[in-house]
Amino acid sequence: MLEAKWIAVIVSSVLAFLLKLSGNIIPAKYLERPKIKAITALVPIVMLSALVIVQTFALGQNLVIDARFAGLIFAFILLLIRAPFIVVVIGASLMAALLRYFDLLN
Amino acid sequence: MIKVSHARRRSVTRNSITVGLATGVYGISFGALAVTNGFSFTQTQVLSLGLFSGASQFALVGIVGAGGGAFAAIATSSLLGARNGLYALSLANTLKLKGFKKIIASQLTIDESTAMSIANNDDEYLSKRAFWITGISVFVFWNIATAIGAFGAGLVSDPKVYGIDAAVGAAFLALLWPRLVSKEIRVIGLSAALLAVVLTPIFQPGIPVLASALIAVIAGYKGFVKNA
Repeated sequence: MLEAKWIAVIVSSVLAFLLKLSGNIIPAKYLERPKIKAITALVPIVMLSALVIVQTFALGQNLVIDARFAGLIFAFILLLIRAPFIVVVIGASLMAALLRYFDLLN
Repeated sequence: MIKVSHARRRSVTRNSITVGLATGVYGISFGALAVTNGFSFTQTQVLSLGLFSGASQFALVGIVGAGGGAFAAIATSSLLGARNGLYALSLANTLKLKGFKKIIASQLTIDESTAMSIANNDDEYLSKRAFWITGISVFVFWNIATAIGAFGAGLVSDPKVYGIDAAVGAAFLALLWPRLVSKEIRVIGLSAALLAVVLTPIFQPGIPVLASALIAVIAGYKGFVKNA
């Protein structure tokens, strides 16, 4: 049986390609309606917002405050001072790693 | 057609490659996160080659890594990738492609290639050139960086020690950051975050994020945001 991860990898890749291709094939009038455009533009914003929170506070179905939260706060500060993506990501990891190393947060 | 200057052509090429390199580099963090979330080296690389859309890739490995099902991961990844379809649509008039080139261009239609093409849309030739060079550079650098990150993470025994789990939320925040351009959008983002928190204890991992898409549907349908 195909492992769930492989299914997710392959199906997502195929769908992503079909979505991109659809813009090249479907007549513009169906996709250019203002409401469809507004919804499509907002989807990444709401889902990324939800993902930030879930990946920081969720542990399975529990909500916890651990070193990931400190990492996120540090990432927020780095973004405020316009640090590039890679610096933000590594900075957040480093902050969490340090707090764990000194046993300040789990 | 007005002939574009040699200098302008070179600057478009240089800028496109720079964007490709800068974007591609964070494929390292994707590669590392995918492997620490339990994906194999091959699965990780197939995602960068096939799915090829940063936010969708991070979401997919994040949701599966948090114990979410394949359905939630696929749905979230696809909803996040839906915007690429609209990008393709808005680029179709500039690129004017047929056959095989249309297939390749579709795969390369992402935030960066679209943005660089639109940034040069005063000239059709440069707009096309920016699309192709940016798309190909991001693809090449993103995939090389993915392999490096995936390989490197394979050497790490306990990713929590290095705070790699904290990198996921930070990565999503950094992807979200440039989109938070107005007060209305920030309020919509906060509402989605709040909904996800409330739903987390009730539903399986992955479902709360998926449910947040409803907020986009409601806000978009009701026209809460001008020029979203």
